[in-house]
Amino acid sequence: MIDKKRIRNWILTSVSIVFLFLLLAYLNKHASSYVIQILNVTAIYIILTVSYNLINGITGQFSLEPNAFVAIGAYTAALLTMTPQEKAMTFIIQPCISPLNHISIPFLPAILTGGVVTAILAFLMGIPVFRVRGDYLAIVTLGFGEIVRVFATNLIPLTNGALGLKGLRQYTNIWWTWGTAVVVVFFIVGLVNSSYGRAMKAIREDEAAAQAMGINVFWHKMLAFVVAAFFEGVGGGLLAHLLTTIDPRLFTFFLTFNLLIMIVAGGLGSTTGAIIGAILFAWGSELLRWMEEPHVIFGLHTPGIPGMRMVTFSVLLILLMIFARNGIMGRKEFSWDGLFSFINRKVLRRA
Amino acid sequence: MAAILKTEGIVMKFEGLTAINNLNIEIQEHQIYGLIGPNGAGKTTAFNVITGFLTPTEGKVYFRGEDITGLKPNKITKKGIGRTFQNIKLFPEMSVIENVMTGFHIHRKFSFFEAMFRLPRFFKDENKMYHEGMELLDLVGLTEFAHDQAGSLPYGHQRKLEIARALATHPTMLLLDEPAAGMNPQESSELMDLIRKLRDEMNLTILLIEHDMKVVMGICEWIKVLDHGEEIAEGTPEEIRNNPRVIEAYLGEARKVA
Repeated sequence: MIDKKRIRNWILTSVSIVFLFLLLAYLNKHASSYVIQILNVTAIYIILTVSYNLINGITGQFSLEPNAFVAIGAYTAALLTMTPQEKAMTFIIQPCISPLNHISIPFLPAILTGGVVTAILAFLMGIPVFRVRGDYLAIVTLGFGEIVRVFATNLIPLTNGALGLKGLRQYTNIWWTWGTAVVVVFFIVGLVNSSYGRAMKAIREDEAAAQAMGINVFWHKMLAFVVAAFFEGVGGGLLAHLLTTIDPRLFTFFLTFNLLIMIVAGGLGSTTGAIIGAILFAWGSELLRWMEEPHVIFGLHTPGIPGMRMVTFSVLLILLMIFARNGIMGRKEFSWDGLFSFINRKVLRRA
Repeated sequence: MAAILKTEGIVMKFEGLTAINNLNIEIQEHQIYGLIGPNGAGKTTAFNVITGFLTPTEGKVYFRGEDITGLKPNKITKKGIGRTFQNIKLFPEMSVIENVMTGFHIHRKFSFFEAMFRLPRFFKDENKMYHEGMELLDLVGLTEFAHDQAGSLPYGHQRKLEIARALATHPTMLLLDEPAAGMNPQESSELMDLIRKLRDEMNLTILLIEHDMKVVMGICEWIKVLDHGEEIAEGTPEEIRNNPRVIEAYLGEARKVA
């Protein structure tokens, strides 16, 4: 019975993924480059929110460092894909340090290395950081994010300082972003639905009881942190090669803040919620651009007000926090079983 | 019979307060051992010292002859001591079966890579955890609630779920902190049967704290009485029942009790 359901679900998931990629192939051919850009950004947001949710939502450790991890991944990948000539042209204040100045590797190993470097730094950071929890953890990780940004600004031989890295090749396309997003969701959902995921949730629910279950709380927090960091680093590499220009201003606390909005709006602790939050944020902030343009409403001419978009966003967020405090999904997840039982209950009964 | 758990001169001080003063427990394998005393006697503190949640100011804890004083709680669980909590500590937003399966985590046979890549061993072991979890729920009589949220269970069921969850770690010794609290007479009599069953069928040694004297006198084979952190008596239920110091500790003054 359970196996039959599992096979059915597996088939449905595979069909949905194939359908998603067919849709993407169609859009890639016929949609404007503006739409494609938003699609790419959406997928990168999904990668980032789903990994960020692993540590913040699933393991319940409120941390504020993803901007640092994205930055580390982005810089590592960018420095690895740039050719020695490009580096020589970009680093005009001080030359790039050896051996990076004469290394250049293909895109895939570069973004994976970005992920690995981020994961290693996350591990080193995790050792002191997980000695504290709650508000203190948030503050310490927030500080780490700032430190990375300050390093990016001042470590000129490595990062080219405030000028940033320019003229990266645009390797990232719709297949890279969505392909990675699907893989990341596959991995993280696998982890969350395993014994490891239960251990992480147990830590969120009650640390003392988790310890009484024999769970090594420190190492499981670290596992969530390092896995999240790896994928956030990979996401950073993709982002760098999508935008083709990176500089420290791209990785301020606002990046973390936006990701936090996405996972909280979607439902903290729900992977489905993280995905919904990412999609809504990416498309919502584009749709709301309309608010900043000049309009004629009932014969009245209104000038475009820059910043209206963010004001509206904030209002929407406040409304969400008042009327749906747990976000859109709460801690619920989408599942085929859930969908079928929903259809059975709501649709078939009426018919 | 060898002592499975032994404490030697445990002293636990919090700043100026001495919660436990010179506690010596010796529990034989396969015994049901009761730790009783009025509120604030230091019973839960003793549990926390034994299970590693507190490191004693002085003294040693030996489990199967091995010094486990000051080990982390998760290490002690792995050595085979399971426990429940006085103020129920379930994972309230997880389902009942997930709560139990969390206890199996330390016995998992797959790495997190295998979980991420969903390799066969991951499915096999998860399946096994699920079925063993259902067996444990059956044992405590919670099968029908398996997929409900743990936090939504009635109080008595939550206590039973805590026991099932502790059993999932495969302990050889079980520490129950007021397992009958909040249970009606019917439920506490079922609980007594369950505790005997655990001892007889799963071969466990049981140490319990309890205020319900019917439960304590009904199942414990040996009882130790604490008051203000000091041991005041120990013996069989019969001896404890008639011990004037115990009566004094509970009733406030020495009086002849019929």
